[in-house]
Order: sequence, then C-alpha cells, then structure tokens
Amino acid sequence: MIEFRSVSKQFPDGTKAVQGFDLTVPSHSTTVFVGSSGCGKTTLLRMVNRMVEPSAGQILIDGEDVAKTDAVQLRRRIGYVMQNSGLLPHRSVLDNITTVLRLNKTPKAEARERGLALMDTVGLDRALAKRYPSQLSGGQQQRVGVARGLAVEPNILLMDEPFGAVDPIVRTELQQELLRLQRDLGKTVVFVTHDIDEAFLLGDQIVILKKGGVIAQQGSPEEILANPADDFVADFVGANRGKRALSLKQVDGRTIVIDADGKAAGVLHEGAA
Amino acid sequence: MNLFAEAFAWLTSEELANSSLPLGEAFGQHLYFSFVTVLIAALIAVPAGYLIGHTGKGREIAVGITGAARALPSFGLILLLVLVLGVTRSELGAFIAFVLLAIPSILAGAYAGVEAVDRRTVDAARAVGMTEWQILVKVEAPLGLPLLVGGLRSAVLQVVATVTLAGYVNLGGLGYYIIQGVPLGRFDQILGGAVLVIALALVLDGLFGLLARVVEPQGLASRTQRRRADPATAETTASA
Ligand SMILES: Nc1ncnc2c1ncn2[C@@H]1O[C@H](COP(=O)(O)OP(=O)(O)O)[C@@H](O)[C@H]1O
Ligand SMILES: [Mg+2]
Repeated sequence: MIEFRSVSKQFPDGTKAVQGFDLTVPSHSTTVFVGSSGCGKTTLLRMVNRMVEPSAGQILIDGEDVAKTDAVQLRRRIGYVMQNSGLLPHRSVLDNITTVLRLNKTPKAEARERGLALMDTVGLDRALAKRYPSQLSGGQQQRVGVARGLAVEPNILLMDEPFGAVDPIVRTELQQELLRLQRDLGKTVVFVTHDIDEAFLLGDQIVILKKGGVIAQQGSPEEILANPADDFVADFVGANRGKRALSLKQVDGRTIVIDADGKAAGVLHEGAA
Repeated sequence: MNLFAEAFAWLTSEELANSSLPLGEAFGQHLYFSFVTVLIAALIAVPAGYLIGHTGKGREIAVGITGAARALPSFGLILLLVLVLGVTRSELGAFIAFVLLAIPSILAGAYAGVEAVDRRTVDAARAVGMTEWQILVKVEAPLGLPLLVGGLRSAVLQVVATVTLAGYVNLGGLGYYIIQGVPLGRFDQILGGAVLVIALALVLDGLFGLLARVVEPQGLASRTQRRRADPATAETTASA
C-alpha cells in the first residue's frame, strides 16, 4: 500500500507541480494516474522512489515513511519503467536486466539464470540476450525495461508512460502482455499515462488528474463512466462523444449498440459481463 | 631539398652516434618527460573533470581556466618557472610547466565526456538504484571514454612538442639537438632533431588513434554494421 499524505512539490524555479495530494494506492492492483501533459503525473510517481523529494507532506509504503529510508536501497526494491526505456546503451540486454541484481551482489550465474527467465516472462527471445539496446526495436526495448523493473522481484512497479513511444500495434500487444503479467504477478502497479483508453484498459483504479496534481475523480473505470464527477471528467473520458457515447437501437428483435457516428458498434447481450 | 638530405645524413652520421647525448638516450628522455607529464596531468585533471561533469558544478570556471591556459606561451612559462624556482631546480620548473600545459586538454576531455552522456541514461541509472559513484564509474566514465582519450591525445601531442624545449634548460630530450644546433648554425642538426620530434608525435598520434577505437563502447557503433555481423539473430522476434 502506498499512501500520499498532503504531498506538495514546488520546484526550485517556482513551478508548483503538485499541491496537497492525498491518495491511497491499494496493494496488488493497478492504479493509473491519467491526465494531460504537465499535470504532475511524473512528479507524483518519482516522489515514491525519491527521485523527487516532496516539498511538503509524506509518502508511506506499507506504513513506512520513504523519506526515512535510504534512497538507493529504496530504489533497488521498487521497479521503475520509463518511456524511453532508459537502458544503458553500452550494456547488453542481459546485463541491463540484471543490473540491480549485480549491484545487490547476486552471484553472476544466478543473475544470468534469472535474467534469462525474465526474458521469457516478458516475451523476449533469449537469442537477444547479447544484443545492445540500439540493436532492438522500440517495443523490444520496452520489454527489456519491464524485465529490468521486475528483476529484483519488487512489490511495487512504477511505470511512467512506458508504451508512449511505440507504434499503436505494438502498444496494444504490450498492454495485453502487461495485463497477463499482472494477472500472474499481482504487483502493486502505479501506471502513468495521458491516454484514457490505456487507463481504462489497464487500471483497476483510475485517478484522473488536473493541473497541479489535483484529483478530478478517482474510482474504477465503470464508476467513472457511470458517474463522471464533472464536465471536465466527462469531457476527458469522452463520455459524450465518439466510441463511448453509445446508444441502443432495436433491429429485428435484437438490441444493437450504436456509436456517436451512427455506426453499429455491436450487439447487446443482456446480463453479460 | 638539399637541407633535408643533409638532415637525413646527420641522422645517420657517426657524429650523432658519438654525440654526448646518444639518440636512444634522447628518445628515452623525451618519452620519459612526456609520459610522466601526461600521467601527473591526468591524475589531476581526470578526477577534477569527472567531478565537474558529474555534478555540473564549476563548469564555467573550468571552461575559463582551460581557455586561458591554452593561450599560455609555453616557452615563457618554462622560463618563468625555472627563474622562479631557481636554476638548480630547473627540472622541477620544466615539469610543472609541462603539466600545466597538459591539464586543459585532459580536463576538457574528461568533463566533456561525462557531460555528453544522455541525461536520461544517467537518470535511469539513478532510478534503478545506482549510487552516485556507481553512476560515474559504470555509466559516465565508460560512455565518456572516447572524449577523454581524445583529450589525452591532444595533451600528448602538445607535450611531445613542448618537451622539445627541455633542451633549453639542459634537460636533454630530442630538443637538445635542435637547441645545440642553433648557436652553431647547424641547420642539418636542427632539422634532423625536428624530424625526430615530428616522427615521435606521429607514431604516438597513430597509437592513440588505435586506442580511440578500442575504447569506443560497444553498443554505440552503427546499427547496420552490427546487424550485418549478426544476421542469425536479427529480427528474430516477430513484431515487438
Ligand atoms: N525538474 C523540474 N524543474 C522545474 N519544473 C518541473 C520539473 N519537472 C517538472 N516540472 C514542471 O512540473 C509540472 C509537472 O510536470 P510533470 O510531473 O513532469 O508532468 P506530467 O508527467 O504529468 O507531464 C510541469 O509544469 C513541469 O514543467
Ligand atoms: Mg510525465
């Protein structure tokens, strides 16, 4: 469990990125921070592993104030995956995945075995183990980033727009793999995105943010769609337009779902899901 | 052309072979001065440059110092230090001058190398739990090595050329022949000495050229080159 207690962050240049943020992130589920660019998502995420120090307030992991922990040790037990993968360009795929294991003095052979097993976990061919990051596609690099994040078997996985820079087809694939992984692993995932579709797909809890890290609404995707807190949220989730503004039409005794453009989106099965 | 022929004649002459400073010894002194100079300069400039590059602090000062130091007249600096320290300690004076002249290139190579590393890579290294020291040693230093070697290369060339002036303060080296030849009007000897210095500089430059290739971190070389070298595993995973 991660608790944010009236957390604020003002950068030295005066930018107030986050103001009085309160939130409890439950364990073993995926919480998605979603909001437009610059609203403070990255700042919030990086305060969990102390890559950013809050100006005020506290962050607790399972009741322990992170400010009182050793930052390096803290980071070594939290997985962190970022948009540009952040891999070390001069190290092979396997060495990148096992970086933290090696820092923690895991014997080389054991680290290697775990690294290769993690490549299987994230769907990377073991033949790529000796490659360098520059020799991989964007999607493969992100898989390596996820494998590295999982290497120390962290309870917490922080993901900052990890699929933002890959093409839509690969993104869909990576999202599905993350869902599969999370079903098996049950980590406490905090996932940051500006893409509401991605948020609805991956999140057990969604936190919709406005500028300054202000929570516009939080809840499950269903709760948010059923009951948008205000016009901002309704607009942001697109409840009134496009593929989410669905209506029903009776055709030959069956109920057809129609989207905002008047196109048939599907057939309604009463009581399903 | 004639002068060159005479210079080469001098290089192979009995006179050089029987000189009070044999050629081998002069080479040895020259290399010794150059090596010790660059070593001491590197011991000072590399840690300082890494510190500046890693912290980003003191950069303006470093740029100023390197710029100013590069404009220093080497000969003047040597004479000044020999005068200040006294003729009995002329060796020390000359060494200090050489070291001061070698520091700017090495300092610039060290901090430029660290600075050139993508900040996102450094950020990621920190985020996975590397200490500042580990970031420097495992990420910034290896990735910045080519620029450091470039700095060492210019320092070595500059020092090899400047150590020629050691002859002025009776420290020997290849400059001895040149400086001894001037009052005698022995142009063959002057040119011959200069040719030796140039040859030494070219050989050292060549060696550093090779070194620069060796220290180029793997993984940064061009993709096509490596793809070609490794066709079996290229594009093995279908889509991602
Ligand atoms: N190191 C920094 N110094 C100054 N301002 C920053 C810094 N990092 C982020 N900001 C500012 O804080 C705000 C929130 O940034 P960020 O958390 O990166 O937003 P997001 O990830 O939602 O796009 C933005 O206005 C951004 O410009
Ligand atoms: Mg961001």
